[in-house]
Amino acid sequence: MPEIEADRAAVLIARARRRQTLQRWLPWIVIGAAFLVWELAVVVFGVSPFILPAPTAVLQAAVKWWKPLMQDSLVTLGTTLIGFGMAIVFGLALGVAIGSSSMVYRGLYPLLIAFNSIPKVAVVPVLIVWFGIGMWPAVITAFLISFFPIVVNVATGIATVEPELRDVLRALGARPLDIIRKVGIPRAMPYFFASLKIAITVAFVGSIIAESVAPNAGIGRLMMVASSRFDVPLVFAGLIVTGIMGVALYWIAEWIERRTTGWATRGQEGFQPGG
Amino acid sequence: MARRPFVEIDRVAMRYGGAEGTLALQGCSLDVAEGEFVAVVGPSGCGKSTLMRLVSGLWPASQGGVVVAGEEVNGPIPLVGMAFQNPTLLPWRNILDNVMLPLEVVPAHRKRLSAERKQYEAKAEALLKLVGLEGFGQKQPHQLSGGMQQRTSMCRALIHEPPLLMLDEPFSALDVFTREDLWAVLQDVWLARKPTVILVTHDLREAVYLADRVLVMSARPGRIIAERHIDIPRPRRIETTYDGAFNAVVAELRGLIHQARTGETVDA
Repeated sequence: MPEIEADRAAVLIARARRRQTLQRWLPWIVIGAAFLVWELAVVVFGVSPFILPAPTAVLQAAVKWWKPLMQDSLVTLGTTLIGFGMAIVFGLALGVAIGSSSMVYRGLYPLLIAFNSIPKVAVVPVLIVWFGIGMWPAVITAFLISFFPIVVNVATGIATVEPELRDVLRALGARPLDIIRKVGIPRAMPYFFASLKIAITVAFVGSIIAESVAPNAGIGRLMMVASSRFDVPLVFAGLIVTGIMGVALYWIAEWIERRTTGWATRGQEGFQPGG
Repeated sequence: MARRPFVEIDRVAMRYGGAEGTLALQGCSLDVAEGEFVAVVGPSGCGKSTLMRLVSGLWPASQGGVVVAGEEVNGPIPLVGMAFQNPTLLPWRNILDNVMLPLEVVPAHRKRLSAERKQYEAKAEALLKLVGLEGFGQKQPHQLSGGMQQRTSMCRALIHEPPLLMLDEPFSALDVFTREDLWAVLQDVWLARKPTVILVTHDLREAVYLADRVLVMSARPGRIIAERHIDIPRPRRIETTYDGAFNAVVAELRGLIHQARTGETVDA
């Protein structure tokens, strides 16, 4: 009997391990398959490269123009990260203020929503008037587009602290600042990291919008130039590089999230609490 | 006996949401002596929890006054330890750090905490041992059962040695066996340290088992309509709760609460 049970356990463990391996490789398998289907579709239906270039054509263009592609994506990465960094600082500060004070909330929230509803494309020309052609319009567009989700999430995390928890601290004579520091901010951290994952991806959208409206530098300008020369494969190469940068930063945000707020994601597959 | 009561609640009223709002308490008066264990029972919605918040200074009373340790309560008073129906632990802190939270807040301790961390930690460990959680200090709250979390919450209420302990239905979310265990734990703690305790509960056995005196509240707007001294010798045992004399007291209280719920409104 014990041997049979040990065998059973071994089989179950092996099965679980295979499943884990498959899960680790699944994203790559899906991406590979998608490119394969794309390539086949282009070849089979004879789609013109001006409409939809095959992945191999995109790869060729990327190899051929690797240097400008590299330079421009680094520029875009830089502007995005500066804008994103500003959004983190400003978003955290404003989120804490809005979440902890109903006065600030009532005063500022409608204005924030109105502001967030404005299409940022329309703001870029104004930014150019103010800051001139250069990196700043792109940085500020990335900032403007990405701070809103951070503010809303941090404010929600702080504002939804359980009343009993607040009472526990208040009954001890805690000052409002103590409550924010000991309870509000730690509690808002999972919300904050969730918002970072949204914010980093939209920050890219922001800087690329600005780079396309005011082509100065960056991957947005590269794509504008390429499309004006009907070099559609290069446009696609730019799109794919942007996507890769987005995923990479998303992963970094998620990694930090898991390291710092593991308590909020306990019980999820593949994550061991404590550490 | 000429000493002033530790807690004096004098004809307090509490109304929520302006002049037309709900009247939760009216003409509610009670005194609690120092070191006494008092339980407040009453029909649901009678304002028991409101009373807790008034005494601990979390909310101001609409009328009347609350005096604790000879001083009028105008805001939160740091001589109170509180525990609620939910453990309300901070999920990002381990058990030991949860227990030590009040020390980081209460003015008398927060200045000394970093210098005397070792002593304070030893104190927290001793408390955990007292409630049967020895060796669990480094665990995260979610690794503990509901009953163990509630024990932790009790340690947190006690760590800064508050002379007044306010317990708002602390055991009502637990199963019967865990609850009875914790009654015994609470009695031990009380016998060891003799804080003044006000326990709000809707469990009559709990009230009679733990308290020196049980106060019955009327339906809303709540006030104290009856009191019953419990002179069962201590330490009381869980077996006591099944004998005839004990159950006679419980039945008597049940009758009073039934009256409070259904009886004609009593004029104030």
